[in-house]
Amino acid sequence: MSDPSEVRQGGMPSDLRHTMHHETSVQPSMEHDITDGGPEMVQFVDGDGNRLETNEANAPYARIVEEMTSEDAQSMYRDLVLVRRMDAEGHALQRQGELGLWPSLLGQEAAQVGAGRALKPQDYAFPGYREHGVAWCRGVDPVNLLGMFRGVNHGGWNSNENNFHLYTIVIGNQMLHATGYAMGMQRDGVVGTGDPEKDAAVMAFTGDGGTAQGDYNEAMVFASVANAPLVFFVQNNQWAISEPNYKQFRIPPYQRARGFGFPGVRVDGNDVLAVYAVTKAALDAARAGQGPTLIEAFTYRMGAHTTSDDPTKYRIASEVDIWREKDPIKRMRGFMEANGHADPEFFAQVDAEADELAARIRRECQQMPDPAPLTMFDNVYAGDHPVVAAEREEFIAYQASFVEEGAN
Amino acid sequence: MASQKMTLAKGLNTGLRKAMENDPKVVLMGEDVGKLGGVFRITEGLQKDFGEDRVIDTPLAESGIVGTAVGLAMRGYRPVAEIQFDGFIYPAFDQIISQVAKMHYRSLGHLKLPMVIRVPFGGGIGAVEHHSESNEAYFAHTAGLRVVSCSDPSDAYWMIQQAIETDDPVLFYEPKRRYHERAEVDIDDAAGAPLGLHQARVVREGTDLTLVTYGPMVKTCTQAAEAAAAEGRSLEVIDLRSLSPLDRETIFASAKKTGRVVVVHEASTFLGMGAELAALIQAECFYNLEAPVLRVGGYNLPYPPSRFEEHFLPDLDRILDSVDKSLAF
Repeated sequence: MSDPSEVRQGGMPSDLRHTMHHETSVQPSMEHDITDGGPEMVQFVDGDGNRLETNEANAPYARIVEEMTSEDAQSMYRDLVLVRRMDAEGHALQRQGELGLWPSLLGQEAAQVGAGRALKPQDYAFPGYREHGVAWCRGVDPVNLLGMFRGVNHGGWNSNENNFHLYTIVIGNQMLHATGYAMGMQRDGVVGTGDPEKDAAVMAFTGDGGTAQGDYNEAMVFASVANAPLVFFVQNNQWAISEPNYKQFRIPPYQRARGFGFPGVRVDGNDVLAVYAVTKAALDAARAGQGPTLIEAFTYRMGAHTTSDDPTKYRIASEVDIWREKDPIKRMRGFMEANGHADPEFFAQVDAEADELAARIRRECQQMPDPAPLTMFDNVYAGDHPVVAAEREEFIAYQASFVEEGAN
Repeated sequence: MASQKMTLAKGLNTGLRKAMENDPKVVLMGEDVGKLGGVFRITEGLQKDFGEDRVIDTPLAESGIVGTAVGLAMRGYRPVAEIQFDGFIYPAFDQIISQVAKMHYRSLGHLKLPMVIRVPFGGGIGAVEHHSESNEAYFAHTAGLRVVSCSDPSDAYWMIQQAIETDDPVLFYEPKRRYHERAEVDIDDAAGAPLGLHQARVVREGTDLTLVTYGPMVKTCTQAAEAAAAEGRSLEVIDLRSLSPLDRETIFASAKKTGRVVVVHEASTFLGMGAELAALIQAECFYNLEAPVLRVGGYNLPYPPSRFEEHFLPDLDRILDSVDKSLAF
């Protein structure tokens, strides 16, 4: 949007808006342009891969981008392509009946890779359930992401091994966990020590839909008051299932941060360099003890909310077409080609690697066994629990009765 | 024997202090827990001695309190979150049910949440709406949580320490109308807690009928047993202490001994703890029973305005009436 005040006023003069409040019982709907992030959005590379000139929005982060090497660019590009392929495989496996559900990240690769790459090993990430790209950057095996969607577990990785928490299905719950975890880091004395190997921060992920949740807003309050080392990362993909932005909020998420007492930045979520730079700056500030930042990555969900969803019922094809032109991989590739960061052989090699990854994911997903029935009773409690123990015994006896019947 | 006379509130305060001295990872959090010491002064003096990083005054947001406690527990702390009153726990219900209860299970055992949620509960203090509820059954129904209630100063002192040491999340119910009742507490650390956190206690032995209860009703049931004794009836009183898990052995042994059980609690009887206890006892002790298991509890109403309390809450007469009914079978 060109003028933030327009948003605050609902796009009409305040006196008229006041009148309408009295004359109508229903608030007027306000459709903003969900394809344009406005001048405050940090962006380094345009849709065709051209490096943009320094401007007011991107200037604070220009140094971070300028310090990046061709190797950095190649490595990021590789992540984008592999993550997209992993996601496509998840979608295909659902269609083949191997998974019960798959929430696709198609279109959000740059937002997730840019953010995930800015994390250091000692940082901790709290995802929603669409953050396959962040999981990839944290080193979580993509096959492990499939377990919960296949129904063999509720999360197949040890979150403390990669400092990547389990997926959280109830929208917004994890924002508070992230805040508490960051408060723990403060108490552990790993914030603001000046030692880059030691200082740590937390990143919490949610979508534009999540910004309406109580837990999201409470997390903002708690993090602000505690000055917690925390970066809130909102992937504004424009749709909360079928609800567009204008049914979710009257001012964009990044502008709300100020109301909670810390900075908010809107970044082009399809520009991996911009996302990386903005996130790195925010994490550096958090680790240094400067408190939270909210990053709104302005992006788009190209696919359905999940495989259970039909976006043709609620959004128009022309909107998707506009966003297809902003594709994060096409853009990064254009930028790299224009600037000589990689040769054609590199791109072919990444594509071949993606094929291998997809084949492995498919194979290992299909080989993923159903869990042993008795393990259903495991880990309900950390300590002994007689009720669980008794029901487990009951189940064993019941199962054994079939064996006995069979023997007779 | 190191013994001190103290109130139940002081027992909790002393137990919290001990836990904080013993383990630097124990942190207290909640609204007004710092300088004020909590609305019931349970945390009085602790922020002064342990600092603001360990006794954390939080914003007024229950989901925030519990949700951030989850994060602290994941980071290796042992948070003790205070909910100011029973009726204010509902904003945190989602966090408790969806996250706190399930984290160990969904992480395949990789994550532990050693956190305690303290809840002053129950009525009888003439409070306004939302300050007198007994919502323990909601949480006892949910796998992954432990739910306990103390009823006297000694249990307050020991059980709060045990709850904090437990690697599972614990809902810790404090009978607010008993906060100011005093008794001798043996605080000899070397001797340790008299009972495990999961164990029920036979408060008073008897042979004719068992009153099964917990929290604020333990005292009421003991008084009822004394009144019944004057009429020549011998009532056994069991304080469950742990509502999840239930100490089945102690309950069944008593039911088999007396053959008659009346369950007493403040919460509405419909789908309350008494429903589970009645079903369990009848399933396990059917041939030893002389009468159906009866329940005495709150009526199936929202907790009423306080001028109704004396009619709503179980008292000696209602308990003894049920005792008579059971003995008449």
